[in-house]
Amino acid sequence: MTTVRTTIRRKLVAGMMLTSVAVLVLTGAALVVFDIVSFRRALVRALVTRAQILAANSSGALAFENPEDASQILAALKPDPSMVAAALYDQQGRVLAAYPVPAAAPARWPRKTGSGQRFEKKWLVVDQPVLEDGRWLGTLYLKSDLRALDERLRLYELVVALAIVGSSGVALALAAWLQRGIARPVRALAEAARNVSEHKDYTIRAHVVSDDELGLLAESFNEMLREIEKRDVDLRQLNADLEWRVNARTAQLEASNHELEAFSYSVSHDLRAPLRHVDGFADLLQRHARESLDDKARHYLAQISDSAQSMGRLIDDLLVFSRMGRTEMQDQRVDLNVLVEEARRVLANEAANRDIHWRVSPLPETRGDPAMLQLVFANLVSNAIKYTAGRAGAEIAIGAEQSDRETVVCVRDNGVGFDMNYSHKLFGVFQRLHSADEFEGTGIGLANVRRIVQRHGGRTWAEGEVGRGAAFFFSLPRETQGEWSERKEAA
Amino acid sequence: MSELKRVLLAEDSAKDVELTLAALQDSHLVNEVVVARDGAEAWEYLSCTGAHANRPPVAPAVVLLDLKMPKLDGHEVLRRMRADPNLRTVPVVILTSSREERDIAQSYDFGVNAYVVKPVAFSEFISAVKNLGMFWAVLNEPPPASARKAA
Repeated sequence: MTTVRTTIRRKLVAGMMLTSVAVLVLTGAALVVFDIVSFRRALVRALVTRAQILAANSSGALAFENPEDASQILAALKPDPSMVAAALYDQQGRVLAAYPVPAAAPARWPRKTGSGQRFEKKWLVVDQPVLEDGRWLGTLYLKSDLRALDERLRLYELVVALAIVGSSGVALALAAWLQRGIARPVRALAEAARNVSEHKDYTIRAHVVSDDELGLLAESFNEMLREIEKRDVDLRQLNADLEWRVNARTAQLEASNHELEAFSYSVSHDLRAPLRHVDGFADLLQRHARESLDDKARHYLAQISDSAQSMGRLIDDLLVFSRMGRTEMQDQRVDLNVLVEEARRVLANEAANRDIHWRVSPLPETRGDPAMLQLVFANLVSNAIKYTAGRAGAEIAIGAEQSDRETVVCVRDNGVGFDMNYSHKLFGVFQRLHSADEFEGTGIGLANVRRIVQRHGGRTWAEGEVGRGAAFFFSLPRETQGEWSERKEAA
Repeated sequence: MSELKRVLLAEDSAKDVELTLAALQDSHLVNEVVVARDGAEAWEYLSCTGAHANRPPVAPAVVLLDLKMPKLDGHEVLRRMRADPNLRTVPVVILTSSREERDIAQSYDFGVNAYVVKPVAFSEFISAVKNLGMFWAVLNEPPPASARKAA
């Protein structure tokens, strides 16, 4: 900010100074040249006049060849210190008289009847013919130095220098006064802009000082600020509304989540109690009346117990499923190989006495909730073991493929398979493609798989053919931790 | 038989009381079982107040607590017991239908000795009760009297 401010002022002042000095120098130079030229002319004129006067006076001395008179006449030049030398030559070119000493003038003068004047180095020389009644008698030689010219030049230098200094001062003062009218409003505008950007205070206004372009600029700036302030207020209002709505929605969600929890707690506690009673009293009845009951009655009692227990299992499964959607998820590095090993270890009993050929390829590392992903593998592997039962040469393959965006894991078996027409039902709650008599289970496993994978941001799908086996796929997005936490917040 | 301390069963459901008693009987329990039908009654018995103000102040051998009960729930009874110097060491077993993690966690927070989820299958319930009895040494065997008196 400061540099910009200084620059504008400096630029203004420097511009004015340069202009005035340039004008002054040019004008001064022209004046000096003109004056020097006219002064030289005047010098020549004065010396020629003096030479003509001296020549007129010395005609007698020359005519009578009287050196004393001639010397006296030349001695009249003494009061003028600029006179360097003077001499009178006779018709033969001999020196009749010289001033101040004989050596000062050329010893002989070529016979010459004409007049002339010339500048020789630092001197002005005038030859003046001495005439009497039109008859040439000799020549007067006058040599003057140019000290007058030099003095005049020096004076000029002084005057011009003084004029430059003086006018520079005036120009400086003027520039300073003028820049107030330009730089000051600009500076004020810049200051206002800085305050706005620093304090984000859009109520600030620039002070409009003039009705020129700068005033217009300040007004436009203020107009802009008014618009921004209005939008700022609108935005704040909008944000406040949004926040309020988010809070309201969150409260609703929390309430419904709370209700859901209360519901599942009630299912867990209250729904199971009557079932327990049914089974308990059926059991007690069977114990107490075992002797008096016939086989059919005992069978009925067994059916009651069986039904109660199977409903108990359904409720338990439903609870697990509902908990799967509610529990908080961990975010960890997960080695899928470990999960597969663990699943196989847990399911070792189910695979016991079975001849299963396992083909487990190395699996990549991913991020997620290890306990939940463990459940995914447990369900898929358990299914594979279950649905290859009774098949000679059962084969279960587990592998994974990675793309830039996701990891796709596949659990494939060569079991009973399924009809692709019903594949959409596979991942539903309590959906079964085989009867409970054929294969055990409540039909919650794949629903859990889908829910867990969905909570991880992935997809689930399956391929199969009746009698030829099935392949279950799930994908897990490959993502940064940041994306993960974002989605976790949203989930 | 009077040497044996009682077992307190706090359970609001009459059917559950009947089934639990049957299961205890099946385990050949010889201790007398006192039944409290809600948490408040259980606490009156334990603290010898209210209807039980005149009973001899002998702490029960073990307390079987349901969680969801009217007036005072199982957690509250457990919390009060653990805060009472005379009842602090009495073994408490939570017998409940709830598998909710927070219920289990809170029970252990309050210092429960065992947490048993009542299974739907009655036969499993009987074996759970049997295991409990063996573990707490209150079933079929008289408790070590000296230790109880100290408590």
